[in-house]
Amino acid sequence: MKCQKCDKLATFHITELTGGPGGALVELHLCEDHARQYLTQADDSPDEKQSMAGALAQQLQVGQTAEELSRLDRQACPVCGITFYEFRSKGRLGCPHDYTCFEKELMPLIANIHGETEHIGKTPKRAPQQTENRTKLIRLRREMKEAVAAEEYERATELRDQIKRIEQGLESAAEEK
Amino acid sequence: MNLPLEELVHRSGEWLRGTGPESDIVISSRIRLARNLADFPFIRRASDADKAQIERILRETTAKLDDVGDLAYYDVQGLEGLDRQFLVERHLISREHADNEGARGVAIDHSERVSLMVNEEDHLRIQVMHSGLDLDSAWAEIDRVDDQIESKVTYAFHPKLGYLTACPTNVGTGLRVSVMLHLPALVVTRQIEKVFRSLQKISLAVRGLYGEGSQAMGDFYQISNQLTLGRTEEDLVKQVADIVPVLIDYERKAREFLVKESHKDLHDRVSRAYGILCTAQKISSEETMHLLSSVRMGVNLGLIKDVEMASINQLFIHTQPAHLQKLRGMELSTSDRNVERAMYLRQMLAKRSGNGDPAAN
Repeated sequence: MKCQKCDKLATFHITELTGGPGGALVELHLCEDHARQYLTQADDSPDEKQSMAGALAQQLQVGQTAEELSRLDRQACPVCGITFYEFRSKGRLGCPHDYTCFEKELMPLIANIHGETEHIGKTPKRAPQQTENRTKLIRLRREMKEAVAAEEYERATELRDQIKRIEQGLESAAEEK
Repeated sequence: MNLPLEELVHRSGEWLRGTGPESDIVISSRIRLARNLADFPFIRRASDADKAQIERILRETTAKLDDVGDLAYYDVQGLEGLDRQFLVERHLISREHADNEGARGVAIDHSERVSLMVNEEDHLRIQVMHSGLDLDSAWAEIDRVDDQIESKVTYAFHPKLGYLTACPTNVGTGLRVSVMLHLPALVVTRQIEKVFRSLQKISLAVRGLYGEGSQAMGDFYQISNQLTLGRTEEDLVKQVADIVPVLIDYERKAREFLVKESHKDLHDRVSRAYGILCTAQKISSEETMHLLSSVRMGVNLGLIKDVEMASINQLFIHTQPAHLQKLRGMELSTSDRNVERAMYLRQMLAKRSGNGDPAAN
């Protein structure tokens, strides 16, 4: 592979996250001289960076038409509402459920980054309880906020009560243990 | 317990004391874990109300930890820019955490070994930092802190993917192991690129003093793992722990080479650096780091005898822009800071050597 800055062989392959809110994943392939320059340069200059968009787009282009891609981009998580497009342009997911609802797209990316797809490390001492109810809370809180914004106060009140019931259920389950 | 930030100004964190194993070359051993609550969206999709609720839950949780020592909680959102910068310079919060928006905070123990960042890129970033090469005990400590927090809140955890994080690059263990090394001789002998190359081959990242994208100031380099999934935490710690002695050995050999082959040049370089720091009337942060790096190596090699390592380590941090301003007790322009920095260095170095003209030896 050639260096992204010149014709020499790229011997450095750097994957880096850019700082700041909405930072994205950057992949760089550089020769020795440009790697040194990059690693010793002052703070981020944006033109140095490619975003995760690039990495992902490359991966997704294989075997997909533009139409399929744009359909994929419009897919949204039912829990937090993030679209796939927002994820791949910003490099950050919206909620834990994204790992489930975008599984088909994320798993190859994860395999690409880590070379593995299965966690074999530490697990929580107590098994996570009521994962579904917790995920539901994320969705209900968002729906309540949207209801308030749309001035649907009756619906907002219903949602608030539903949220309270689940929260109390989780709390009393925690206390029983 | 809530100390005002001013309490931190005149002390320095334990990781700077310069007494841990291999501390002539290894500055610090740092481990962080990324964690999220199961019942809230990640930060990117969190509303102001979500962030406030996450902040409250985690602030209350961190206040109830038994085993961590007294934690002081700082409301990062409410801090002035200068104070946030001050915490970044001490490595107690990340630059991203300083620059984020919305409710967020950090709990710090009095020795500054443990820092719990709330609403960084993830809901919780647990960090433990020890002086010198001390990864195993840093891991033991952070594992214990994590267990305690996990007994009080429910983390987002996936049976197959492990701990779920806002960015897929951290998923699984959420673990980043990072060792900060001072490698001036490898820089002088131009071998540092070779080191980068060999590290890159085994998926380790190299960064500067202040992390991602920051300049390799003062010849400080942070070596950290890139992968977080598919290996145990112990393996990930070991991978970094195994490579560090090799780097230490390279650096020592390079220093020996300089002592043997160009002793006069080395002694001259070190003495001039010391002379400038002791006598300059205005000096930039960059030049200070550069010169302190030579002095630090000179102290390690016994070429400068009357300065302690801990003092040099402290000067690296205390001459940073926000620290200087906090020490002076007022905001200063860049050019005023350069004058203030030179004055501070003259005072500190003259004090250490016990006379007014430390360059005289």
